[in-house]
Amino acid sequence: MNMIEAIRDAMDIMLAQDDNVVVFGEDVGYFGGVFRCTAGLQAKHGKHRVFDTPINESGIVGVAIGMGAYGLRPCVEIQFADYVYPAYDQIASEAARLRHRSNGQFYAPLVIRMPTGGGIFGGQTHSQSPEALFTHVSGLKTVVPSNPYDAKGLLISSIEDDDPVIFLEPKRLYNGPFDGHHERPSIPWSKHPLGEVPEHHYHVPLGEAAVRRQGSAVTILAYGTMVYVAEAAAAETGIDAEIIDLRTLLPLDMATIETSVKKTGRCMVVHEATLTSGFGAELCALVQESCFYHLEAPIERVTGWDTPYPHALEWEYFPGPARVGSALKRMMEA
Amino acid sequence: MAKAHSPIKLHVPEPAFRPGDTPDFSSLDIPAAGSVRRPPVHVSPEEIRDLAYSIIRVMDDAGAAVGPWDESLDSATAIRGLRYMMKTRVYDQRMVMAQRQGKTSFYMQCTGEEAVAVAQQMALEPGDMHFPTYRQQGLLIAAEHPLEEMACQIFSNPGDALQGRQLPVMYSFRESGFFSISGNLGTQYVQAVGWAMASAIKGDSKIAAGWIGEGATAENDFHSALLYASVYNPPVILNVVNNQWAISTFQGLAAGDSATFASRAHGYGLASLRVDGNDFLAVHAVSRWASARARSGFGPTLIEWVTYRVAAHSTSDDPSQYRPQGEASAWPLGDPVERLKQHLIGRGAWSEELHARAQEEIETEVRQAVRRAEALGTLNSGSKPSIKEMFEDVYKEMPPHLRKQRQQLGV
Ligand SMILES: Cc1ncc(C[n+]2csc(CCOP(=O)(O)OP(=O)(O)O)c2C)c(N)n1
Repeated sequence: MNMIEAIRDAMDIMLAQDDNVVVFGEDVGYFGGVFRCTAGLQAKHGKHRVFDTPINESGIVGVAIGMGAYGLRPCVEIQFADYVYPAYDQIASEAARLRHRSNGQFYAPLVIRMPTGGGIFGGQTHSQSPEALFTHVSGLKTVVPSNPYDAKGLLISSIEDDDPVIFLEPKRLYNGPFDGHHERPSIPWSKHPLGEVPEHHYHVPLGEAAVRRQGSAVTILAYGTMVYVAEAAAAETGIDAEIIDLRTLLPLDMATIETSVKKTGRCMVVHEATLTSGFGAELCALVQESCFYHLEAPIERVTGWDTPYPHALEWEYFPGPARVGSALKRMMEA
Repeated sequence: MAKAHSPIKLHVPEPAFRPGDTPDFSSLDIPAAGSVRRPPVHVSPEEIRDLAYSIIRVMDDAGAAVGPWDESLDSATAIRGLRYMMKTRVYDQRMVMAQRQGKTSFYMQCTGEEAVAVAQQMALEPGDMHFPTYRQQGLLIAAEHPLEEMACQIFSNPGDALQGRQLPVMYSFRESGFFSISGNLGTQYVQAVGWAMASAIKGDSKIAAGWIGEGATAENDFHSALLYASVYNPPVILNVVNNQWAISTFQGLAAGDSATFASRAHGYGLASLRVDGNDFLAVHAVSRWASARARSGFGPTLIEWVTYRVAAHSTSDDPSQYRPQGEASAWPLGDPVERLKQHLIGRGAWSEELHARAQEEIETEVRQAVRRAEALGTLNSGSKPSIKEMFEDVYKEMPPHLRKQRQQLGV
């Protein structure tokens, strides 16, 4: 399965298994979503369970909160993460705090799915990675799958979770494990072991990272597309990096990170989002708090530049394997 | 004892026709051309509430201009309008081809909706500011903005005034009264109101025109715009282009099943009109009316332009997945180019031969302009905008952290 099919499969299973699950968003119903993640779900589960909404993101999240508080489990789509901002008030002030401010009388068990990241020449309004805007808000969980197997298992866990979950789908990974080498032919998920997706219901639990590559020289903390960029950089530089795919940014699997950094003595953080106040800053702080005496070099960050995502110069912006590779070499010399 | 109720059912609006159905618009209520009254520009919104449910039309089925909204537009101006619409269409076709050839990443056509932007541009004055969506390229063409510059933006090449920063079609041409387009729907509608408020604050005589698709009227910013427009009465035209479809979503999902988009204005006490958007003469006359109303201090007008999106939403879209084949040809308001052409022929001011010759001239002009742009580079070949430029204009003065990042990139 590719990642689109895996995401669809998770919703399909949950719609069949739990009649409180509802799925909606812009172009999500009849058409099945602009990335086809919900294709066929309306025909199968009915238009009262899977439907189109007006183009109003605050409404999508606002009604989802109301439904969630009533007892449903909405799994909604924001067409692109770049269009989530009108819904930010509903997410940050409402969904995130409902349980706390009502002392548990009400809560919002909803999932907000949205495609993120660049690499498709989408310019500044179809490329953003706003994960830090969500991890910064108490009360939200934030998930970023990097492959079809995880996407399905994490989405099922997210739909079953009783807290609001922001589910960020790196769109450049929908069809294959893209490693930043845009000039090379793309590899489909059918050629990758993590494109092997069981048909049944299963969980990938929130809060568990995965070690994608064992290594001894340096720990790379990555998520989403950057997992493959890091793999490419390690292969190309021959540096024996340990690559950790965080999978869930919040809750964060600090134990896996700590074990690895204490073993390698070096840590690099890579993300596609802009640098300043990005999630990488949080990771750096946490790593130095728990591993300071094990670090042999300053923690490095390789990220998108602090500019809007450009259209023509997409690949000069994208933190690809060359940039990650030279940072790795620099670190090893330190 | 509690009364037993029967279960409530959620209402989910559905379009009348989906793929496989035969489109039939006979239930669309289309008044005869010339039948809708023309109020004075100072009319109060309450007196024209009914006009939000009608359709103002000038050209009848035979192409004759009739009724109170016929301003007897001179032939030279109407021919100019026709040529702008033709040029818009040719330019769109050319750019879709360029996208298919891999010269750019993306394109959006306005096929079938050319009259709306072209005629409104011709009805406004230099110095007025449009806040367009991605489907108002006709505004630039009718402002005679150089095609080559537009094409450079599509190719994201070194001639692109925006340095390749923006997605193709997200133009910004201040000197042509064309505000920078945002990809985020609806955001600019309320900004248009702000521009108009500024004009009033400064005692200027300029007006602003906001543009939005019917689908995007669902956004909160649409309602913010109407609210501010009603409170401060600024000189603004609030255009709603109802082309029936928002990607795969039909117009009923934004308005509910029974409301018109023009009637959205009523809750805010704003004047509104509903107009045949494929009738060039009607668009021109109503735009002039709204412009005069705004400029004379009588305030905003919301106008719903009833039209049809003939082409795909964008080059990434395939409409056969969600609407029936042949819906465009079943659309009862016809094609704006064809209708103005027939009108001008009927007037004796135009002919099939002149039309064919104009078509040829326009194709040549567009081809040449696009070639000149291509010579400067396209998205995937030739030179690109300078990498340094990526870091410019994030702020007026580059802060140290950005300077450092630029150095890291080695530029
Ligand atoms: C805030 C926001 N949400 C969603 C989108 C994605 N999107 C782009 S165009 C579009 C449909 C807009 O339809 P409409 O307003 O009717 O204009 P049309 O395309 O028909 O001209 C959607 C949903 C967006 N650009 N911005």
